[in-house]
Amino acid sequence: MTSKLSLESLRRTEDPKWIREIITPEGIPVRFTLARAGDRAGAFLLDCLIQFGLLIAVWMAVFFGIGSASGTWLTAIIVILSFLLRHFYFVFFEVRWQGATPGKRKVGIRVIDARGGQLETSAVLARNLIRELEVWTSLQFLLARQLLWPNAPAWASVIAAAWGVVFLFFPLFNKDRLRIGDMIAGTRVVLQPKVVLVPDLVDEAKAAPPWVNPLTAQTFTFTDEQLSIYGIYELQVLEALLRSDSANVGHYDALRTVCDKVRMKIRYEGEIRDVDRFLRDFYAAQRAHLEKKMVFGQRREDKFARK
Amino acid sequence: MQAPMQMRSLAFRREREATWRELEDLIAVADKKGVQTLGAESLTRLPHLYRATLSSLSVARSISLDRALVEYLENLVGRAYFVVYGTRQRLWRQMKDFFGWKLPSTVRAAKWHFLISLLLTAAAAIAAYKLTMSDMDYYYSFVGDMAQGRTPASSTAELHDGLYKTESGSGMLAHFAASLFSHNSRIAILAFATGFVAGLPTIFLLFYNGLVLGAFVALYTSRGLGVDLWAWLLPHGVTELSAVMLCGAAGLLLAHGLVFPGSRLRLDSLRERGRAASIIVIGGVLMLFIAGGIEGIFRQTVTSVPIRFAVAGTTAAWWIFYFGFVGRARDRAEREAAALAALPRRAKKLMPELAPETSGSLEVAR
Repeated sequence: MTSKLSLESLRRTEDPKWIREIITPEGIPVRFTLARAGDRAGAFLLDCLIQFGLLIAVWMAVFFGIGSASGTWLTAIIVILSFLLRHFYFVFFEVRWQGATPGKRKVGIRVIDARGGQLETSAVLARNLIRELEVWTSLQFLLARQLLWPNAPAWASVIAAAWGVVFLFFPLFNKDRLRIGDMIAGTRVVLQPKVVLVPDLVDEAKAAPPWVNPLTAQTFTFTDEQLSIYGIYELQVLEALLRSDSANVGHYDALRTVCDKVRMKIRYEGEIRDVDRFLRDFYAAQRAHLEKKMVFGQRREDKFARK
Repeated sequence: MQAPMQMRSLAFRREREATWRELEDLIAVADKKGVQTLGAESLTRLPHLYRATLSSLSVARSISLDRALVEYLENLVGRAYFVVYGTRQRLWRQMKDFFGWKLPSTVRAAKWHFLISLLLTAAAAIAAYKLTMSDMDYYYSFVGDMAQGRTPASSTAELHDGLYKTESGSGMLAHFAASLFSHNSRIAILAFATGFVAGLPTIFLLFYNGLVLGAFVALYTSRGLGVDLWAWLLPHGVTELSAVMLCGAAGLLLAHGLVFPGSRLRLDSLRERGRAASIIVIGGVLMLFIAGGIEGIFRQTVTSVPIRFAVAGTTAAWWIFYFGFVGRARDRAEREAAALAALPRRAKKLMPELAPETSGSLEVAR
């Protein structure tokens, strides 16, 4: 039943729950997918490692480069640099790289303005200054309570731990996966979209797939009646099938299954020697048909829609 | 077979694809090497290409059923959106904007929060002063043991020396100033961030800060060192205390947005106030930096009381001038622009010379 499985997976490529639409200043909605919690945590860890590395590099540079001749001034410089690094690393990169830091870039996520406007510097500042409270204080509360308040009474420990848990895991508890900093700054973290333009299937249809014997090559035509059965949804599932990797195990089985189904449904009488060709031709004809209808304002969403 | 050549979506793609590809290439360069590396020509092309692609997306959504194409356009527009609407201005220009207008203006807008913050600190300081004057034991409960050998147990001579000790050239002090600065600014940032918890910790922090101050003053005054203490404290204290109170005000602003959103949605109000508050905090942290400098360098080298007071007065005058008056002209201009934007469209049509360029947002600043 590999074919069945692969067909199922073609139906939905993305969960609409995580899609957010923003309206650009030009008034056109653009969709973004929210970043997963794991991606964000990964990006954050990466950034922390980079910060840590930079910090060590600064220490090294100060100690070996300049030497410890006038020792304590240098210590002062180190303290200040560490402070700046800690608080402004994120701000600096998010301002310069349009909402990305090295870690975010590596993972492929980005900060955007929730309303679709420009990502303001003040928003970047707000979301990153809150980090102090949200991450470091929470971690302290969770892991090093004893350091802050030795022999704290039990209730204080419980409150501190609850605080730590709530703040650290806040993004998991709301539908936009907002960190408190995001909430205050009005920002979202989204996946960096991947931009790949694949050839149009209709264009491609003219070139026969390589394994087809030219002698058996056919072209198929369909009547309007046959084309008025399926809707947009089915068309796009078919598109996904035709675009799926033909080297996959079960690809041909899937084609076969779909071909049989379509043939039954639209009552296609002729002989089908080339399954792939049949589906591609059907796709082209069906799309042309549906697009023509769309011009007249008739959008047929799926096969259950009324005619 | 319906001739595919007649398909509008296909013709549309063929016609526009070159534009998309061009945008894609520009974006790839901008993403990899930064927008700054794009030449002047590319930079002027970018908004055009972006708009063209945006309109392609609209068209594709209405005429094309090729899901791969629509997805491609959506993603391309999404990518381009980052480049076109990312934070764009040059850093120095942003800095100028920030210090010349944004910061003082935001502080002015939060004057009531600052006042509350000031009153809280003052009330705590006065209360601690009175209590400590009546019974020195209160000093320990307000200040604790952290005040490096400056407690009621110290002799008056020790306290006096503490105020006039100079350690010229020693980096020890620089280090002390730096760590004090980074400690203070952590507290300041926390005072802001805890505003999110309805501002209660912020109020506590401000109050506590006032208590320490009051107890300190009481200790020195009781030994007849009142004037010397103020001379020691104020040169950097004017800046430092205002900075802490500013950060407190930022926390209160945040709490205000959260607890009393007024007629707006809570999230909207939080966003607006949160951004304003973070601007104030940055101002506060920089002031702490300055205060640390004064503390580490000036205070340890100059022991003359009149000069110390002169410096304190100068810093006070400077901050009052800066937060009170810098950028007022821009404030007015912004207010007028906002009033114009709120005008009904018809009024703008009648007086087109009044209407500001609405497409300005797309401009790629150079």
